[in-house]
Amino acid sequence: MTDIVLNIDGKEVKAKAGMTVLEAAQQAGIYIPTLCHHEKLEAFGGCRLCMVEVESRGWTSYVVSCLYPVAKDIVVRTRSPKVDNIRKVLIEELLAHAPDAPELVKMAEEYGSDRNRFAREASFCVLCGLCVRYCDEVKQKNAVSFFDNGSVRQIAFVPEVAKKECWECQECFALCPTSYAQAAYLLTEALAFPGQRKTPAKSAKDLALKSRMIPITPVAM
Amino acid sequence: MPRLQSAAELEKYRAQILAGRNPAKPCIAVCAGAACDGMDSAAVAAAFVAAGAPLGDKIEVRTTGCHGYCEKGPNVVVTPGDICYFEVQPADVPEIIAATLKGEVVERLVYHDPNTGAKAVHMNEVPFYKHQTRLLIGDNPKIDPMRIDDYLAVGGYAALVKALSEMTPDQVLDEVKKANLRGRGGGGFPAGSKWETTKNAPEKIKYVIVNGHEGESAAFMDRAMLTGNPHKILEGLIIGAYAIGAQKGFMYTRHDMPLLEKHVRNALAQAKEYGLLGENILGSGFSFDVELHFDVGIFVSGESSALMRSIEGNPPEPRPKYIRTSVSGIWDKPSNLNNVETWANVPQIISKGAEWFTSIGSEKSKGTKLISLSGNVVNSGVVEVPMGTPLRTLVFDIGGGVRDGKTLKAIHFGGAMGGSIPADLIDAPLDFDGMSKLGAPIGAGGLLLMDEDTDMVEVARYLMDFLTKESCGKCVPCREGMKQMLQILTRITEGKGQQGDLERLEDLIQVTGVASLCALGKTSGDPLKSMFRYFKPEYEARIAAGSGEPK
Ligand SMILES: Cc1cc2nc3c(=O)[nH]c(=O)nc-3n(C[C@H](O)[C@H](O)[C@H](O)COP(=O)(O)O)c2cc1C
Ligand code: SF4
Ligand code: SF4
Ligand code: FES
Ligand code: FES
Repeated sequence: MTDIVLNIDGKEVKAKAGMTVLEAAQQAGIYIPTLCHHEKLEAFGGCRLCMVEVESRGWTSYVVSCLYPVAKDIVVRTRSPKVDNIRKVLIEELLAHAPDAPELVKMAEEYGSDRNRFAREASFCVLCGLCVRYCDEVKQKNAVSFFDNGSVRQIAFVPEVAKKECWECQECFALCPTSYAQAAYLLTEALAFPGQRKTPAKSAKDLALKSRMIPITPVAM
Repeated sequence: MPRLQSAAELEKYRAQILAGRNPAKPCIAVCAGAACDGMDSAAVAAAFVAAGAPLGDKIEVRTTGCHGYCEKGPNVVVTPGDICYFEVQPADVPEIIAATLKGEVVERLVYHDPNTGAKAVHMNEVPFYKHQTRLLIGDNPKIDPMRIDDYLAVGGYAALVKALSEMTPDQVLDEVKKANLRGRGGGGFPAGSKWETTKNAPEKIKYVIVNGHEGESAAFMDRAMLTGNPHKILEGLIIGAYAIGAQKGFMYTRHDMPLLEKHVRNALAQAKEYGLLGENILGSGFSFDVELHFDVGIFVSGESSALMRSIEGNPPEPRPKYIRTSVSGIWDKPSNLNNVETWANVPQIISKGAEWFTSIGSEKSKGTKLISLSGNVVNSGVVEVPMGTPLRTLVFDIGGGVRDGKTLKAIHFGGAMGGSIPADLIDAPLDFDGMSKLGAPIGAGGLLLMDEDTDMVEVARYLMDFLTKESCGKCVPCREGMKQMLQILTRITEGKGQQGDLERLEDLIQVTGVASLCALGKTSGDPLKSMFRYFKPEYEARIAAGSGEPK
């Protein structure tokens, strides 16, 4: 059932009502960068990297494709000087926290981001919320949560829950674009409940298997 | 008090209240608003009560909400005649009572012009008041906010009676649309069209909400209204619910103001007791109830979708979806949110009609606007003027100009999401669209005066610092963009500005403005934008000098 036709980067794309622009683009093999998106999780709209230009009835606006619903006859541009500059600056802002995160480094090359443009604050977490939302929506354990607001927002493991759940699971570690989730867990463990693990550590192979079960990057072209 | 069963019963009851009151009997109204309370007006009120008690029914003492002229508190107004006494101390009480009983005036406590020494006794002669049009806040000195009868005595709930007994919901909506009432919470969005969207949304369950969060720095008029005259806002809300077809309302307001909470709780209970809330209001068949909610204390909880999430019991994070809350709000039901002052305008529009309302104000901004005056101004306080009033009237005639004989450098509107304009634009009219074009949108109405000594880089830094703490921190452009802007601004104020800082700032303003999820991030660069428009040389000099002193 294809009931909506829209234009993405000059291509006629067919989509179902209720789909997002990101889904329509992915289906048509058009790549849009994302960081906080995950197909198993409710759209978050936090990283804003998936922002695209939409022209509708003569109006141009900038929307995040992971949430913007497809509509008849809209014209979507996944790249334009303005869109590219938005992504360039957002990546620069994120690199201030996690200068070596592979995903970010790759995107920085694509968009010409300067990793030294802004003052460093190597906190490593980019607050994409994948760990938090995965633990909430998929595992329903809420072992890791957001704390505080604004510029001091951070994620943290809740010791009482983490102690019971995390070692057996570890699924969010593989989702994390900066490997901070794992570090944060280990730190919590060391501080709050050291030496209480019941099972040996998982092998790298186990973790890799898990991470393949939960892909985080959209299918590229 | 038995529930009033019909409009006629309410009018009969109102007549009874009025018959029991003698307008010639002196009444002493002591302001217990936040500013006066801070100057211990409670001790003044207690002294009046103690001194008045043995006088039996010769004199009445009433504690009220904010009168407006906060600068000169504790404020006392004596009726009849609206005699204004300023900076009243408990020791002044016997003298005021003695004079009042004799129909005289205590000359030393009335207003004296700081330059000429000329006296002003009555409210309509005091410069601060005489240039105002106090349609909304004017009732404050006449009302003890704990007594619904005081509100009824000044004609309260007559608009509700009219709406329920003489008008259909569509007619009420039509009147508000014709009045072109625009939202007072910041956006200036037409209330009538928002009401209509919620009304026409297919879901049967609908909500109406009062936004009483008032998080904008330098804004304090919503709390003055809500604390001083809660029934006025409630009456507007009930009328709105009737027009829209909502069964339930929410009042979302500050968690940190005990007096406000007490007055609003009491107002809701009294309205319920009188039959103005609950099942079958005044026998009209219309039922409606209101729940009180408190904010979580960060600025972003005043944003519409964050506020609604907060009411649902979730953290106040703006919702990223591309759908309006008027269609899908609290628990995904159509939810119409308006600011305190917007709701407060509704009763008079229904009582006096759209034609009367549109005769006040400028071409596209109708009615009056409450303004909180503060900063380097002589007279700080809550002010109400017709839209279109030149800023000069606000600043000089009402505000009394700049403190300490200094000259005016800039006027800032709209708090951390607003902007600053230079003193030479002082003749601009107070108007939603006009002020936005100038780069200083009215916002909620916090007007900050800045004198010649003001460091504009520091102002931008201060406002940015505020926002970095008050955002939710969910989206990257807002959280990280503001953090970087703050760092750069801080460096500049410390005399460590670098080449390229202005370009970096401009890039950040642009990206944060386009890419942020909610209006907090989107407009966070607006103060800075206005600075670059009008005060750029100050920034350039500051960076070039590389020293802490402005050039
Ligand atoms: C960060 C942020 C804070 C806000 N705070 C308030 C507030 O404290 N009070 C308010 O009435 N509106 C506030 N607003 C505006 C509301 O989102 C909304 O537009 C308004 O309450 C609608 O009412 P109105 O149309 O009557 O103005 C805020 C908006 C943002 C983006
Ligand atoms: S720890 Fe990793 S997954 Fe979790 S919010 Fe931070 S960057 Fe995202
Ligand atoms: S713009 Fe700021 S306040 Fe609004 S959602 Fe993003 S982080 Fe939160
Ligand atoms: S992927 Fe759309 S906002 Fe992060
Ligand atoms: S608080 Fe008393 S006049 Fe404002």
